[in-house]
Amino acid sequence: MSTVAQIDEVKSNPWGGGRSPFSVEYGKLMMWFFLLSDVFTFSALLIFYGAMRFKNLSWPEPDYVFQSAPGIHGNAPLVFVGIMTFILIFSSVTMVLAVEAGHRKSKAEVIKWMVLTIIGGFTFLSCQAWEWSHLIHEGMNLHHNPFLNANGTPGAVQFGQLFFVITGFHGFHVFTGVIINIIILVNVIAGTYERRGHYNMVEKVGLYWHFVDLVWVFVFTFFYLV
Amino acid sequence: MATQAISNPAAVHHDHAHDHGHEHHHETFLNKYVFSQDHKMIAKQFLITGIIMAVIGMVFSILFRIQLAWPDKEFPFLEVILGKWGAGGRLDPNFYLSLVTIHGTIMVFFVLTAGLSGTFSNLLIPYQIGARDMASPFMNMLSYWFFFAASVVMCSSFFIQTGPASGGWTIYPPLSALPKAMPGSGLGMTLWLASMALFIASSLMGGINYISTVLNMRTKGMSMTKMPLTIWAFFFTAILGVLAFPVLFSAVILLIFDRSFGTSFYLSDIFIGGEALPNTGGSPILFQHLFWFLGHPEVYIIIMPALGITSEIIATNSRKPIFGYRAMIISLLGITFLSFIVWGHHMFVTGMNPFLGSVFMFTTLIIAVPSAVKTFNYLATLWRGNIRFTPAMMFAVGLVSFFITGGVTGLFLGNASLDINLHDTYFVVAHFHIVMGCAAIFGMLAGVYHWYPKLFGKMMNDKLGYLHFWMTFISAYLVFFPMHFMGLDGVPRRYYEFTEFEQFKQWLPLNQFITIAAIIGALGQLLFLYNFFVNIFRGKKAPQNPWNSNTLEWTTPVEHIHGNWPGEIPTVYRWSYDYSKPGAVQDFIPQNVPFSETISSNTPEDFGYHGDETQFVHEFYQAKHLTVSDEQKAEKAN
Repeated sequence: MSTVAQIDEVKSNPWGGGRSPFSVEYGKLMMWFFLLSDVFTFSALLIFYGAMRFKNLSWPEPDYVFQSAPGIHGNAPLVFVGIMTFILIFSSVTMVLAVEAGHRKSKAEVIKWMVLTIIGGFTFLSCQAWEWSHLIHEGMNLHHNPFLNANGTPGAVQFGQLFFVITGFHGFHVFTGVIINIIILVNVIAGTYERRGHYNMVEKVGLYWHFVDLVWVFVFTFFYLV
Repeated sequence: MATQAISNPAAVHHDHAHDHGHEHHHETFLNKYVFSQDHKMIAKQFLITGIIMAVIGMVFSILFRIQLAWPDKEFPFLEVILGKWGAGGRLDPNFYLSLVTIHGTIMVFFVLTAGLSGTFSNLLIPYQIGARDMASPFMNMLSYWFFFAASVVMCSSFFIQTGPASGGWTIYPPLSALPKAMPGSGLGMTLWLASMALFIASSLMGGINYISTVLNMRTKGMSMTKMPLTIWAFFFTAILGVLAFPVLFSAVILLIFDRSFGTSFYLSDIFIGGEALPNTGGSPILFQHLFWFLGHPEVYIIIMPALGITSEIIATNSRKPIFGYRAMIISLLGITFLSFIVWGHHMFVTGMNPFLGSVFMFTTLIIAVPSAVKTFNYLATLWRGNIRFTPAMMFAVGLVSFFITGGVTGLFLGNASLDINLHDTYFVVAHFHIVMGCAAIFGMLAGVYHWYPKLFGKMMNDKLGYLHFWMTFISAYLVFFPMHFMGLDGVPRRYYEFTEFEQFKQWLPLNQFITIAAIIGALGQLLFLYNFFVNIFRGKKAPQNPWNSNTLEWTTPVEHIHGNWPGEIPTVYRWSYDYSKPGAVQDFIPQNVPFSETISSNTPEDFGYHGDETQFVHEFYQAKHLTVSDEQKAEKAN
């Protein structure tokens, strides 16, 4: 029957069936598609922001709106948000290290880097809370924008509204990310993944965490830089 | 990078099936019928919920058709069933608007998106690609229950003081953004938004599951180009859903802020009762852009699964390979891509720059090309086929008919200069009801008739099926075809009593005709409901492969088992369209039959040889030299 087997032999190429074409288990694939979907959510919000920005002839100056930082007297445009961005990106670095430690199945190191990532996430959220409360204190809220447009006309209310909605939506993503990270950390400590033989779950939440970071880069660009 | 990644999904799911097999012994009612994680049960849940929603949507349409046909007659039964919304036997104008709104929402999202994709993607993806279940059965279960919750929330809006949302299924602001705008803009609109948020979550969980399953879990030998066209259609549909729905989600978030927290994203310069609202600087047009960025792909989310189902049914029942298999895939891909860049054709009259309008018109008209490719391929598949008119086949051919009729009027509406005249008239109503309403529901019904033996292990009654088909087919044309002429005359859609206008009075008799046709069509659906529900219990037991079909689902046992196949998952050797292959013993060769068993029908192409047939020599190939008499016979037969 060897000749029969020869003619009926099924070619084994990555897309030929019987295996994952990307050698990726389904959970990670699903995470990728979820992130792709979330890209569209954020894109829609940021494009809406862009449309509002260009619908108005003038728009508040970010250097002027975001010039405060705790502990600094006088003007420090974008210093605080720079620190926030640095913290978030740094937490991505620690997440990379956690994933890498997971590959080596080094439980202690995974725990260490996950804890640092979670701390980074919470620090970012605290910074955001400070910035929000500062801006609200200065009179910016969903109904009112005290900051004048660059050309001296009354500030577009949509600036503040979109700021709170979009950074809030991003902050919500960071918050869920932190919560998920904590759940994963608990599982790591409990040895769930050690028994399972791989730390794929750490990799999956890592994908989410990097995505949240990447989104922040765009939110940062839209609100603070241009 | 992914060194520990699991590279053999079949093996993994073997374990999976085993785990579940273990639970099997103490299976409870709750985890078998309610919180089931089995794709077959979830498909049934989606289907039955979808049918219930369809009946609700249909009853609504009959109610407002009665109003349109007899605007000044009193119907005491309306007061009996509707209470204050039918006071004095007359339909309340605000409630009329609610009915059209919720009819649209239910039909578009709950029946033809979740009911259609949810049922057939869940049923057929694991079966036809040879998988034991979905990639994530748990998320699959969640997907159903989010859908169920969305349905309950949507229906619950009928039981509140101010009534359901009534700004149209497109929920344009400012009607939807200002709770004071009309009764339905209050709590009803809030419930609509909550329901849609749940729905989007359900659709997302379903979609990423379908995509991952198709990519990752095909059985051995099932390369992408051996997949049945149904799977290709579900695959592209899932991609559309995953990318388009989140944009609606963003639009809904901003709308919720406008409604409840006083922002001005969509609002500007509005007066209520002579008093100016504080909102400035927003733009309702932006909502339309966001909405139609979902809304247009959405119509393809509706029609593509129906087209996939039709491909399968037409090929099976014509006993012929589908004509242009790769062209079918490429046209699905083309439709998927193009559907993202045509949304502006819903907005030609919003003051859009005419140049931009012409760009949207151009992309819109290009969609006619892949659509026509598909239509001609169906016709070419039917051509000289050995056609068996099963009820499923009748509905599939019905889909082709509606797809052509509605597609042609799509060319009118895609044309910016014509659309400016026809916008928001009954011409639009006629167009989309035929092309996405009727065509898609015919695809869904075709699927139900075709896969009923697989779903329930029983056969449906054919005679009732034929009667159901003819009643539905004829009444659907009688209802929607005349609406084109009303639209050409400028009759506006969504009006409570347009026949009160002097220039539209002449349409009253036609309105009555349409309503009567609609009622007859609705009664026809009772036949289907009877046929469907009674045969679940009383139907004749189905054979394993009732339609002599090639796809893998017919190799599974009639009685559903966890993990689908009792032993190994079959390996796939050929595409799914080897019908009436010359030289074969039967007129079908299932996908899991190896070439070594079909030597008499193997062709040089099966061995990758595309040259002169007479030169080809292979130990598993029998040259088919036709004798003179054979040729004459063949001539005669043709």
